[in-house]
Amino acid sequence: MKLIFEKSVPGRHSSLLPACDVPAYDLPEKRQESLDLPELCENDVSRHYTQLCQRVHGVNCGFYPLGSCTMKYNPRIDEEMAALPGFTNIHPLAPASSVKGSKEVLDLAAKYLCEISGMDGMTFQPAAGAHGEFTGVLLIKQYHDARGDKARTKIIVPDSAHGTNPATAAMCGYDVVNVASAPDGCVDLEALKAALGPDTAGLMLTNPNTVGIFDKNILEITRLVHEAGGLCYYDGANLNAVMGHVRPGDMGFDCIHMNLHKTFATPHGGGGPGAGAVGCKEFLKQFLPESALMQGEGHIQVRGFAGNFLVVVRALTYLMTLGKEGIPEASTNAVLNANYLMQKIKGTFTPAFDRVCMHEFVLDLSEFKKETGVSALDVAKSLIDNGMHPPTMYFPLIVHEALMLEPTETESKETLDEAAEVFRKLYAQAFEDAEYMHHAPHHAQIGRPDEVAAARNPVVRWTKA
Amino acid sequence: MSIPNELRYTKSHEWIKEEGDIAIVGITDFAQNALGDVVFINLPEAGDEVVAGESFGDVESVKAVSDLLSPVSGIVKAVNEELIDAPEMLNSDPYGAWIIKVEQVTDREELLDADDYEALCAEEG
Amino acid sequence: MGSYVPGTLSERQQMLKAIGMEREDALYADVPAQMLLTEPLNIPSGMSELEVRSKMEALAAENKVFKTVLRGAGAYDHYIPSIVKYVPNKEEFLTAYTPYQAEMSQGILQSIFEYQTMICQLTGMDVSNASVYDGATAAAEAAAMCRDRKRSVTLISAAAHPDTINTVRTYCYGANAELRIVPCKDGKTDLDALKEMLTPDVASLILQQPNFYGQLEDAKAIGEAVHAAKAMFVLSCDPLSLAILPTPKEVGADVMVGEGQCLGLPIAWGGPYLGIMATTEKHMRKLPGRIVGETHDDAGNKAYVLSLQAREQHIRREKASSNICSNEALCALTAGLYMATMGPEGMKEAARQTTAKAHYLKAELCKLPGVKAKFAGEFYQEFVTVMPKREAVLAALEEAGILGGLPLGENEVLWCATEKVTKCELDKAVAIVKEVLAK
Repeated sequence: MKLIFEKSVPGRHSSLLPACDVPAYDLPEKRQESLDLPELCENDVSRHYTQLCQRVHGVNCGFYPLGSCTMKYNPRIDEEMAALPGFTNIHPLAPASSVKGSKEVLDLAAKYLCEISGMDGMTFQPAAGAHGEFTGVLLIKQYHDARGDKARTKIIVPDSAHGTNPATAAMCGYDVVNVASAPDGCVDLEALKAALGPDTAGLMLTNPNTVGIFDKNILEITRLVHEAGGLCYYDGANLNAVMGHVRPGDMGFDCIHMNLHKTFATPHGGGGPGAGAVGCKEFLKQFLPESALMQGEGHIQVRGFAGNFLVVVRALTYLMTLGKEGIPEASTNAVLNANYLMQKIKGTFTPAFDRVCMHEFVLDLSEFKKETGVSALDVAKSLIDNGMHPPTMYFPLIVHEALMLEPTETESKETLDEAAEVFRKLYAQAFEDAEYMHHAPHHAQIGRPDEVAAARNPVVRWTKA
Repeated sequence: MSIPNELRYTKSHEWIKEEGDIAIVGITDFAQNALGDVVFINLPEAGDEVVAGESFGDVESVKAVSDLLSPVSGIVKAVNEELIDAPEMLNSDPYGAWIIKVEQVTDREELLDADDYEALCAEEG
Repeated sequence: MGSYVPGTLSERQQMLKAIGMEREDALYADVPAQMLLTEPLNIPSGMSELEVRSKMEALAAENKVFKTVLRGAGAYDHYIPSIVKYVPNKEEFLTAYTPYQAEMSQGILQSIFEYQTMICQLTGMDVSNASVYDGATAAAEAAAMCRDRKRSVTLISAAAHPDTINTVRTYCYGANAELRIVPCKDGKTDLDALKEMLTPDVASLILQQPNFYGQLEDAKAIGEAVHAAKAMFVLSCDPLSLAILPTPKEVGADVMVGEGQCLGLPIAWGGPYLGIMATTEKHMRKLPGRIVGETHDDAGNKAYVLSLQAREQHIRREKASSNICSNEALCALTAGLYMATMGPEGMKEAARQTTAKAHYLKAELCKLPGVKAKFAGEFYQEFVTVMPKREAVLAALEEAGILGGLPLGENEVLWCATEKVTKCELDKAVAIVKEVLAK
């Protein structure tokens, strides 16, 4: 389809603003370059974006079992509440007496999330998961600095971790110690012991881990880190498996981020905005970020004002809806759905770990690829032809030819049965017509894009012919 | 896979050719094959110091990035700037597409000859 | 209670049976028993949609919505066209994930490519990323992008937004890199002091234009000084103002950053907002975050993909210069939609009317006895006054549904006006100020 610039007609416009009712003021310094934005009327713009949205697959379009991303249904009431003028039309620097509702939204959300995570303090300033990680590791850094302990220069990260973990540790000035995982993706206690020392600032971990298995040794792990003088950071990416059943605070973690756009059902918006609420134990509360302009200097700060407030409004609406019964019910069914789907796929594709999983599981297609020549990528692209969003591919790095599936609790049994059927069909097809799958998708918006050409000769904006 | 006899190799898949006081460094056929289509290279500048066994730049493919480790310590005399516009030369002609030339060489990594390097590649293959 | 789990009890039983389990507890068999919660969470019971609605509406009602907003300081109450509120609510845009699967995400990818192009058109820069969290983090990311082994110090003008300065300070603290604050003189960055501070270890200067006090800086001269010291020039701009003010490119910026909230996003008590980042071709591969590129598919059709991914954390891990993953994609889509809806003339008109209203307000306020402008320089949409009885003035305005300017130092107020306020509203505000001062 055409770009919006190719639809521009000189002189076309919408009538939006009245004539200016005060005298014009002529600023001495002016833009010299012409301003080449597209010129369209409202109908043109509306049609263009409607066309664009028809070329997008959202959770509301179909099954979206994207592992580690928790693509659950985003309730509409959450959207409607976030659009209330009493929330959208509030200036972040309005007097405290006029923003009691906003403060209460944060207080209530903090109270619910502290209880769910087993933490004592909460900040909503971080705008995404990685941003929450950055904030959390800075809590650890401030803690050591405040004690005058300058020898702690290392953060331990398992090799199965999401890339944001090591990148975060590096942004916080730490050297990253990658520890190898045990074959089941759990922490190898001996490897962990060997990595710990007086230079350990902390450990970043997610539990259940990135292959969807709950690490039984978690209490031992956090104890070892604490004994070495380090702190434990919980990456909340996989919280949807355990909320209402186990609390990271009770596992021995000192701080945590939660992805409100995963676990608490706020929409991902094609890549954001999210919110990465960070919780911590009492002794770290003094280090939480604040806004220099809203609360005054003297604290760290990771973005302007109080964070992605409207995302918190959505999450609070969700939390209130589910309440104390609905929260554990959601995670139980997320785990049930994952195990059910794994069971239905078994016998064709092979799970990397043949045991009860938590909210997600990983298929290992390496043997299948040897037999058929069909890769995890080929299967993923073939799923697109079947109206399904592919699972997460080639992650975690410790499983080769990995496909990671997370169905979430909001999918019905029929959807899972249909998905399993598609997987079975593709498994059979690989033995019959591998060539066809190498070139999938065949019925999508585009065929496979040439990413090498895109990276070698970057074209990152439209220019007039 | 090509492993020219006249070059020497590192365990991290760089090749080195010493001409008088100058060491010429590139990546091997095995390395380019493992990386896939190279899309970009980060190069040092002439005059920069390089240290044996440490990174002097990196090469990117679409889905991976790999450090370039210097086989020698010394000062960068020249960099192959053609690679900035045509990184694909590292795929099509890995032994022709040198990356840096190093002078004032003081120290060397443990280097392998072609036979030992071939054995290493067979092991990693 | 409310629930979004579709499975009926009988379906759940069937599914449990299929996986060889009798009870749901067995799903958590891997969790050591002493860790499992034995009591329900200490939060209220769930509620029906109707009950939740009334609770949330009650919370919203505890906030006061001001009809007239004369306060800016990083959040600007511009007019948002109806279509700009409507389109981003389309469920496909709203509920999609990051477009890693290009074959089913061309709509999102194209919207980002169009956004990137519009940011380039607006700023004159060569390349824009797909967004970062907000204006403050954009500045912090820019500081990181400019540092290298030889130059590690960041300079920032004391006239930048306090939240921006504090955020940059925090990111520098994380990276163990130094931040130095360049002082102001008469509400603007002190060029002489800056020249002294541009030592060989300085990687970049971050300048805000217009600055926190609303003043227009001599960006070109400052940029020249920065470049003379071989450092990078980062300019933090109000993007809407660029419709009429010199572009970052025209004043020599190496990196443009900015808060994109003014491009069609509500003030929303601080977020979600939009971090804009753009740079020159030379520095493209140092730009953090996602970038969409144009390419073709295996049949030769035009296609868009997330490109240059080897810069990013999921490939470069601890060697990545930023850990950013999720950004503000839907806000970027909204900003693109806003710019397309306003068009070049609409953008210019909104910026011109903003300037006109702010200058009218300043002129009228300064006619009142005891009120004077603190700084003499040119400004775009904000200005600082010194006035007596500040608290009483702001309280009287609030009483009348007007959010007055932001109190700063003693007796100082930072005022703002946008195209959205009418002359009638401004006259009413001035009359209230006059009345309080006359008491």
